[in-house]
Parts: sequence; structure tokens; C-alpha cells
Amino acid sequence: MSEFTYLFRGRDMTVSREQQQKTMEKWAAWFKELTANGHLKEPGHPLVATGKVVGGKKKTVSDGPFVEAKDIIGGYVVVEARDLAHAAELAKGCPVLEIGGSVEIREIRTINV
Amino acid sequence: MVAVLTRIFGVHNFALAEDAVQDAFCRAVEVWKFKGVPENPSAWLMAIAKNRALDVLRRQRTARNYAPEFGRLLESEWTLAPVVEEQFSETVIKDGVLRMMFSCCQPRLPEEAQVGLVLHILCGFSVSEVAGAFMSTHAAVEKRLARSKKVLAESRRLFDLANATEFAERLPAVHRALYLLFNEGYHGASAEAAVRGELCREAMRLTALLIEHPLGKTPVTHALAALMCLNAARLPTKVDSLGNLNSLGDQDRSRWDRKLIGEGLALWELSAAGSELTAYHIEAAIGAAHGRAARAEDTDWPAIVALYDALMTLHPSPVAALSRAIAVAQRDGPDRGLAELAAIDGAERLEKYPFYPATLGELELRRGRNEVAREHFRTAIKLGRNPMERRFLELRLQACR
Repeated sequence: MSEFTYLFRGRDMTVSREQQQKTMEKWAAWFKELTANGHLKEPGHPLVATGKVVGGKKKTVSDGPFVEAKDIIGGYVVVEARDLAHAAELAKGCPVLEIGGSVEIREIRTINV
Repeated sequence: MVAVLTRIFGVHNFALAEDAVQDAFCRAVEVWKFKGVPENPSAWLMAIAKNRALDVLRRQRTARNYAPEFGRLLESEWTLAPVVEEQFSETVIKDGVLRMMFSCCQPRLPEEAQVGLVLHILCGFSVSEVAGAFMSTHAAVEKRLARSKKVLAESRRLFDLANATEFAERLPAVHRALYLLFNEGYHGASAEAAVRGELCREAMRLTALLIEHPLGKTPVTHALAALMCLNAARLPTKVDSLGNLNSLGDQDRSRWDRKLIGEGLALWELSAAGSELTAYHIEAAIGAAHGRAARAEDTDWPAIVALYDALMTLHPSPVAALSRAIAVAQRDGPDRGLAELAAIDGAERLEKYPFYPATLGELELRRGRNEVAREHFRTAIKLGRNPMERRFLELRLQACR
């Protein structure tokens, strides 16, 4: 078993409040499923679309990130799966896919000193 | 509300749930002072309580363990709001109340403590009101409630309604608590009033909730609900507009609640479905016999005596024996009734019960022995537990002239 982070990208800003409600219910259902099967390691959080970026040696603070809506990271979780293929399979249940978004799956790197 | 929040926070965080509800009430009162009470105050309170729950859960996201059923769903913003929202939906609230009811009726607590908890948590009675319901002091009830809550919080989780075996095991205790609650209202021994309709109504509301649950809908529950309906139908005439207590024979039967009698009879039919015969069945049948008599003199006393005989075999008690003796007197005359009274087993337990000497007085009066009757009524008045009872007995005493 290894741990993987899912980075969810893409959000639909045009939906009504009712649709939002429905979407939240879908997320909750998916999380319950992941929890029930013992795959949810860290439930993470959804993220606000805009923020600040601190970068470079000069530690410049700027607004951002300015990327297309479909590339904005909308949240993260950490799951436990057998391997990358298994983690990818589990990600297929994610509601973000229904609005044309994507899930990026990255294994957590263990750093041994 | 406490039931819902306890469900979310976990039973070990019961005090946190109580605090949150208290907070919600304080906030509501603050706002209402300025803006007036809104049209739908209970929905308003629910909304505040929901926001309080979210506040608490966000602020102490990982500081505590909440209800194990929700796992880590309360830790993450992905799921926090939807999970809390779901618990505040109407059907889930009903389940929450039921679950709390079963949790309160746990065998580690004495019966009276169980009823006290139900009143306090599910009916929103203050400590003083619970004390009033049990003729106990504020301090004593406070202490007992604190002890009961501790026991409740120590139970690892709330009662699991889905477990059919445990449900069936706990059900009799729940029946008993609801029965005691109803009776406390119906034959209350309170210092203020002989009848407290609000206790009866609460018992009926919770029993109706039990009937809605597929596992709670048993013949015994139907019998209990039937007995409540059939007896509650007489509440409008048990106490008249002047606050005077009326005995069964003197009640204006046109003012009995026909709708409740109808419901009670229908429930009673349903209660006959099982093989188990309980005291609730018999008491419901007695209520039905009274409900069916259009006039006092139409009452089927032989049938009622037979039912009391059955009740005495199943669940003997001095109060049931007293009621049986009254029915015998109605059927065979006061002499036989007095003989039955004299033969009551454990009559000493009725020593403090005002209606024991009152019954003696009533029967002696019917035999024309007014002087003896007066003596009995005087004793009864001394035992009267509230102004209503005493006034009723005074009037009976005057009738002995």
C-alpha cells in the first residue's frame, strides 16, 4: 500500500446554487465510499480559486495563479492504494470529472535521510 | 436539537452538544429582543444550531474525536457541511430523537432516571420542570440528571437503531418510560395540578415517532399508543374550565375527543396482531370500554371487571386492585366493592394515596352511611396532593350532608 495525493483541477463557475448543492452531495457520497473502503488517508480540503503566489529568491508576492479555469487546483485529498494504477482507477469516481475537470495523481515521495 | 447535535458530536461529547444548544437559544433571544420573534421560530433555532455545530466542528477540527460513525468526514470541508446538513433534515432528525430515546432508556439507569432524561433532553424540560414532574426537589433532580448524563456520555456510542436484536431488547424499557411519562401527566401527583396535558402530549408525540419506525411498530407499541389515545380523549372533561377535577361518571361525554377515541380504537385493533398480551393491551381495552359507552350508565362494568381481573393476574398492583374494586362496586353494588377494597393485597401501600379513602367514602355514601363517608373524605383531603384534588374532595365531602 502506498499513499497518493489527488489534485483536483477545474471548476464550473456558472452553475446555480441547486446544482452546487447536488455537486456537494456527490462529493460527500464519493468520500463516504472512499472512507468505507479504507482508501481515504487524509480528507484534505477544497480550495478557494484565487490567492497569492510567493516566488523567487526575492520572495515577490503577486496575485495569482492566473491560469485557465480548467487548470485551477480546486482541492486535494490523500488516498491509500496498492499502486499508481489502482489509485488512478479509484480516481474515476471523482465528481470533478463530470464537469470536465481532471484528477492529477501523484504518489507521496518518502524521503529517507 | 440536543439529540441531533449529540448524534454529530458523539455521545461522549454530550455536554458540548448541550452547550451548543444553549448558545443557540441565547443568540436567538438576543436577536429576537431587537427584531421580534420570527414567523417560524423553530426553523430559525434549527438554523442557528446548525451553524453552531459547523462553528464548533471547524474550530476544533482535530482537537476532539466526534461520532465514530462519521469517521473523518467532519474533518474536511469537502464533506463537513453536507454531512451536518443531512443530520438536520427532517427524517434524520426523527431518527435522531428516536436514537436518543433508546440511548436514554439504558438498563444501567433506574427507570425514573430514564424518564427524567427523556423529559430533559427530548422534551426540553428544565431541571425545575423535571423536579415538578417527579415531586422531587430541584437539587435532587439536578444531581440525578448530572449522574444520568455521565452514564450516557460513558456509553461509547448512541444506540444503533439498525440492530434489530438490540432494538427488540431495549424496546420494553422505552415503552415503560413512555408509559410512566404519560401516567405522570394523567394521574400526576404534582403539587400544582392533578392533570398535566403537556406530559401526556409529549408521551404521545414520542410514541407516534416510535410507531413510524419499522422496528418500533410492534403490537405492544400499538397497545401503548391506543391506551394513551383512549385515555387522553377524556382529558378535556377530566378537568373543567374552572380547574375542577371531574370523576368519570360526572364527565360531559359529549366533550370527549371523538377523533382520539377513533384513533385509539384503530390502534387497539392493530395491537391485537401479536401473540403477546401486555398490561398496555388490557389498559387500552379498559379505556376502549369507557370510550364506547355513550352514557355513564351504558358502561359495560362486567367486561371492565374481567379486564381488571386479567390485569391483576398479569401485573398486580394496589392501584389496579383499587380500580378493580371500584368496577366491582359499579357492577354488584357498594357492599361488594367495600369487601373487595378490604381484601386488597398490600393495601398499606395505598395509605398515602388520597383516592383510597375517597373510594371508601364514595361507597359508604352510596350505602347511606354518611357519617362514615365524611370521615373517609376528611382523611382523603389531608392526603390531597394539589389544590385540584383537595377541591374535588371538599365537594364530595359536602355531598355527604
